[in-house]
Amino acid sequence: VSGALAGIRVCDFTGQLAGAGATRFLAAMGAQVIRVEDPVKQGRWDILRGTTPYVDDRRGIEFGGAFNNHNIEKLGVTINLRTDEGKQLLRELIAISDVVAENFAAGVLARLGFPYEEQRRIKPDIVYVSNSGFGHRGPYSAYRTWGPIVQAVCGLTFSSGVPDLPAAGWGYSYMDHHGGNFMAIAILAGLLHRRRTGEGQWIDMSCTDAGATLLGPLLLDATVNDRPLRRPGMPHSSHSQSPRMVPHNIYAARGDDEWIAIACRDDREWRALANVVDEPWARDPEYDTLDGRSAKEAVLDAALDQWCSVRDKFETQVLLQDAGVPAAAVQRPEERIEFDPATAAWGLWPMVHHREIGAVRVDGLPVHFSETDWSIAHGAPCLGQHNDFVFGELLGHDAEQIARWREDGVL
Amino acid sequence: VTSALDGVRVVELASDHGAFAGRLLAGLGADVVLVEPPGGHRARRYEPFVDDDPGVERSLWWWHYQAGKRGVVLDLDSQGDADRLRELITAADVVLEGEAPGTLAARGLDWPDLHPSNERLIWASITAFGRDNPRTHEQFTDLTVLAGGGPVWMCGYDDHSIPPVRGGGNQGYQTACIWAVMSVLAALWWREETGRGQLLDLSMHAAANVTTESGSYEWLVARATVQRQTGRHASVHPTQVTRTLGTDGHEIHTGFPPRSSRDFETLLDWLDDVGARDEYEATFWLEMGIERGGVQMSEITNDVEATEIFFAAREALNLIASKMTAYEFFIGAQERRLACGIIYSPEEVLTDPHFVARGFPTKIEHEDLGRAFTYPGAPFHMPASPFVANRRAPHLGEHQADVLGPGQSADARPTGHETPVPPMPQ
Repeated sequence: VSGALAGIRVCDFTGQLAGAGATRFLAAMGAQVIRVEDPVKQGRWDILRGTTPYVDDRRGIEFGGAFNNHNIEKLGVTINLRTDEGKQLLRELIAISDVVAENFAAGVLARLGFPYEEQRRIKPDIVYVSNSGFGHRGPYSAYRTWGPIVQAVCGLTFSSGVPDLPAAGWGYSYMDHHGGNFMAIAILAGLLHRRRTGEGQWIDMSCTDAGATLLGPLLLDATVNDRPLRRPGMPHSSHSQSPRMVPHNIYAARGDDEWIAIACRDDREWRALANVVDEPWARDPEYDTLDGRSAKEAVLDAALDQWCSVRDKFETQVLLQDAGVPAAAVQRPEERIEFDPATAAWGLWPMVHHREIGAVRVDGLPVHFSETDWSIAHGAPCLGQHNDFVFGELLGHDAEQIARWREDGVL
Repeated sequence: VTSALDGVRVVELASDHGAFAGRLLAGLGADVVLVEPPGGHRARRYEPFVDDDPGVERSLWWWHYQAGKRGVVLDLDSQGDADRLRELITAADVVLEGEAPGTLAARGLDWPDLHPSNERLIWASITAFGRDNPRTHEQFTDLTVLAGGGPVWMCGYDDHSIPPVRGGGNQGYQTACIWAVMSVLAALWWREETGRGQLLDLSMHAAANVTTESGSYEWLVARATVQRQTGRHASVHPTQVTRTLGTDGHEIHTGFPPRSSRDFETLLDWLDDVGARDEYEATFWLEMGIERGGVQMSEITNDVEATEIFFAAREALNLIASKMTAYEFFIGAQERRLACGIIYSPEEVLTDPHFVARGFPTKIEHEDLGRAFTYPGAPFHMPASPFVANRRAPHLGEHQADVLGPGQSADARPTGHETPVPPMPQ
């Protein structure tokens, strides 16, 4: 047993990414995460079980690529909580756990018979973290969300886009990642508090609250200066208002749907860019100052766009970086995963082995610990894969009993 | 009642891209001491300013990211101040810094220099590509992090002649900061077990790369490339439009397509309620959906009938939305257990009754101005160890004597209201 979090045991009801992402981090750092799934529905409460993408033509609950990505290094058990014996098994599991984590709709775990009060009766210092779209308190607590709904309601969708066009929003469930990440923070903070005080607690997380902490400094322009973000010509999110930078945009590069991002943080970087461009328009003295560039941002952007559009995005990136100007090609997945020396050197795409899928790459972690680095080698658990280990070795039931439970539909 | 990180001392070297991590650690109860250079960190000059009146204590960027921290000024180019920083760090639990790799080493103030005198020290370094990487020395901003790291490719519009978009709010920086906080907490746990600290090397580029959901795993698993779409997930195959408007012109997200027979019954009833049943031309399909007992998401591409039913459900939502404001639609849908959302602008979130009832909007006193302002609040409700970030950002050198001892006052402060943002340090 190794890893920063070795010795921590999590009774894990999380699913999708917004919950599974939390216990993914804990598992990669060495915690023992025991994923509890419903045998009757074959774990399909987590809609990613068995859904796209797939490595080949095989289909079924064990072959979902996203599920595998989000559940690496976890153990998997099945418990039918409709049965009394199943409920008793869960009590036994909670009794040896440090954490209960779930991201059901608010109130579901309580209806299954395991509200916080019951968990605390079983394990007085349990750290229980619930994570739902709107939290367990407040008028919307029963409302249902997915990542895109969370992002819409918390303000993140609106603040991504071009003035006078619809909100572009986030082209993926950004808040599922950070729902999971904030949940991991909540779990670890709860554990650290318990270590010092001996006290457990119920930490209730609302993904929309968490998302609304991420809106950035322009939110204060609304609350302090009464300048709402919803206004004609609302801020262009590829520009930078705080701090103000010009140029600061995404420009066309040579080829179909190829782009490059360029930013100048000060006048010196603008001069460096102008020297690389080396065309008459770039020597306009009005561009020497930020105010001058701001006043003619559209004209400057159009000229720079033209200049970039006949050049390869990676060549421009190198030209500008060599001159000390922040520039980055807009990378496609293939480019950043297969050809980017930064991700390769980092070891960002570890290969795991999944019992049914076989070998497949997954997301790594964006941190390296000097003493207890993460380890990602095992794929997601198959349904009930670790029933014998958890109910036998951890909880001390014999093989016959486990076999009987299997036959009786308890597991 | 104490907070989770009460008694934990964090020394944060001021940076644009690490500031949010310090803010979160302060919220968890850590004593975060923010170290700035003489004259203040350049972010003190970032727009916008309170009342649009510039000044080093008036930047809303500064207020937003530095709330909850204490502040000192140290000139790391002077031996005396470098020694003071060394002492601070020797007594600290966590260092949080985003210096360009090599900058601190050149002053003898990097992790290898300082951890021998404090083996419990946890050192979180947030850089663009990590401390030792082929791209370590590239220049960056939040925009370039998100462009090179994957998110930008996935955000924008169906019309690909429009450039892809960087989402707002400095998410490239903030994503790395969230990972930094997760990592610091894990390292604190291990330190409590073993008495030993360690170095945490965070890469913003890596953080963006592994925070793109299907963008990465569609490629890793199936070698497929997602394509951006207006206001919805980038996808290998085009998906239904999910955006519509209320009568007030505000945008609505119509969510995952309704797909159970109960959903379809609900839609027919709601159409009746708003008097739109006669206008609606696809009743037939919804009734078929009810007869089928609902449809599966997986049927949407290969079952013509199921596809028609999905479209009919979406059209019903769009028609209903055209009869009411976006807010009425959001509440009406959710009260009927349909997962739809209103697209709020950021300030609208802070006045919504749900967020108000949860106590999310937080007043922070600015006693120096005799005013209090509303800030976003806690990411989660943690009753036994509350999340608290209710102290305004520090003034320049405000806690010099408190932190460094009596007689240590800050260097002369600049007074110029008109002071522009200084150039990037070379």
